[in-house]
Amino acid sequence: MTQLAARRARPGPARVPALAVLQYHLVGYRRTWRGGALSSFLLPTLTVLGFGVGVGAYIDQGVDGVSYLEWIVGGLLASTALQVAIAESTWPVYSSLQWTKIYFAQHAAPLRVADIVAGQLAFVLLRVLTSAAVFLLVTGVLGALRSPWAVLALPVAALLGLAVAAPTFAYAATASSDSWLALLFRFAVIPMTLFAGVFFPVESLPVGLRWLAYATPLWHAVDLSRAATLGTAPVWSVTGHLLYLAAWAAGGWLLAHRALRRRLVV
Amino acid sequence: MTTAQPLIQARGLVKRFSGFTAVNAIDVAVRAGEAFGFLGPNGAGKSSTMRMIGCVSPPSGGELRILGMDPVRDGPAIRARLGVCPQLDTLDPELTVRENLITYARYFGIPRRVARLRAAELLDFVQLSERADSKVEPLSGGMKRRLTIARALVNEPEIVLLDEPTTGLDPQARHLVWERLFQLKQQGVTLVLTTHYMDEAEQLCDRLVVMDGGRIVAEGSPRVLIEQHSTREVVELRFAGESQEPFVSKLEQLGERVEVLPDRILLYVPDGDAAVVEVTALGLHPLNVLVRRSGLEDVFLHLTGRTLID
Ligand SMILES: Nc1ncnc2c1ncn2[C@@H]1O[C@H](COP(=O)(O)OP(=O)(O)O)[C@@H](O)[C@H]1O
Ligand SMILES: [Mg+2]
Repeated sequence: MTQLAARRARPGPARVPALAVLQYHLVGYRRTWRGGALSSFLLPTLTVLGFGVGVGAYIDQGVDGVSYLEWIVGGLLASTALQVAIAESTWPVYSSLQWTKIYFAQHAAPLRVADIVAGQLAFVLLRVLTSAAVFLLVTGVLGALRSPWAVLALPVAALLGLAVAAPTFAYAATASSDSWLALLFRFAVIPMTLFAGVFFPVESLPVGLRWLAYATPLWHAVDLSRAATLGTAPVWSVTGHLLYLAAWAAGGWLLAHRALRRRLVV
Repeated sequence: MTTAQPLIQARGLVKRFSGFTAVNAIDVAVRAGEAFGFLGPNGAGKSSTMRMIGCVSPPSGGELRILGMDPVRDGPAIRARLGVCPQLDTLDPELTVRENLITYARYFGIPRRVARLRAAELLDFVQLSERADSKVEPLSGGMKRRLTIARALVNEPEIVLLDEPTTGLDPQARHLVWERLFQLKQQGVTLVLTTHYMDEAEQLCDRLVVMDGGRIVAEGSPRVLIEQHSTREVVELRFAGESQEPFVSKLEQLGERVEVLPDRILLYVPDGDAAVVEVTALGLHPLNVLVRRSGLEDVFLHLTGRTLID
């Protein structure tokens, strides 16, 4: 300790503070990743079995001229990205504010609100990317991908992850009780998963609902992701999709920053 | 930074929360190397003040300079040179003791290798080396506090802010914390602490302010405050019966001051034993008599008419 006082360094904020925040999240993840890793292999395997062998057997004609499994795999990849992104930005964010109060500790160090948001979202992004990569790997090995363009589904998953994680961060940071988080799953995640074109084409919905589906960020990622795994052109323009998802990500990021600032700077 | 220039300087500092004034125009100057205390009951505005000094809460009014900088504009630069031990623990319960320190050190740009060394040294300092690789969750309150103190030291701060560092700890755990804080003080680290324990303030603080209702009601070293606002000794008397009031008028002539608490009367006198003799001579027979030296509790009682812990 005496050496400590003598060896007075010039303390300063970390050079890339958000990176230090990301490292913190990774240290925590190192303790829990095994349980998560198994399920991220399990899900795509079950998908191929369930939809290829099970449901697929009832849908003889396939969809748009490809087997149901091949048709659905791109959408499921996007919906996996959605699930991971939202799971990683609801309770972890809420807990860091309300239970462990980690964000307050980070803010007492030389980190800015922006660093805390960026570090957390970078971690979410990493989780989304690794889950999507495993999904792609397993479905690829099992022969459910029709095109090498399928690798482009990864950046799409990442963009979707950000597009939903950022506003979810804002929502979780604003929530006054954790029952609000469960509501998000009931009223946003599940309906989106069911109706945003993952399991059947949005075009089979009545017009009103169809526009609701178009409004979800998930549908845009599903369309891109499916195009990538099938090696076809998406229904909508690629640029349009990307801009729409980017708008969600950017808007969500601003909201997340504002929400966390409200909580930390009082 | 010369010793003449205060590390922390507040003038007319105000904190309001939607209309409610938690800190009401306080003036504070903390000099390098001193242990400075905010003594006051719950709700006095101690934490609000500490959070402004910690640059996480913008002042609503007045002037605040820390290390010569502006806390609103230079927040991260100032925080890089502060150590903060908040009132409530903000440790990660899922990480180990050591991981908590190392990840925190990284926020200050401390290289991983240096962080490892420093974590080991600090765990030694707060006597947690044996628990270095256990999770934080099952640790006792005292251990968590010590870990929080270690974490506050990870960047070798020039000022350490401690908000109620021993509240909720058992006496043994408190003494261990006091020892460590005293050692830091010996090393010349500037300490700023809040407490509602007068013994803590007396033991640790070179200088302190007494806060009540967002205002500073007195300032000075514990010794000077006691000299100014109290007598040398206090006789505590407890009489039989529901109320202590009837005895007050008789006792008033014996001392400089009399304070009545629900269960006892405090008689402020220069010489306690002599006063006890006089009490008996008046024909009064208290159930209980205790002679003690005046403390900060008496200062607070005198200044506010209330006890510190109610
Ligand atoms: N974020 C806040 N919003 C509203 N009121 C607050 C907030 N923080 C503190 N207060 C109020 O300000 C007063 C002083 O609180 P605090 O500074 O925590 O006192 P102390 O630390 O001395 O117990 C209390 O009445 C408290 O309720
Ligand atoms: Mg407090």
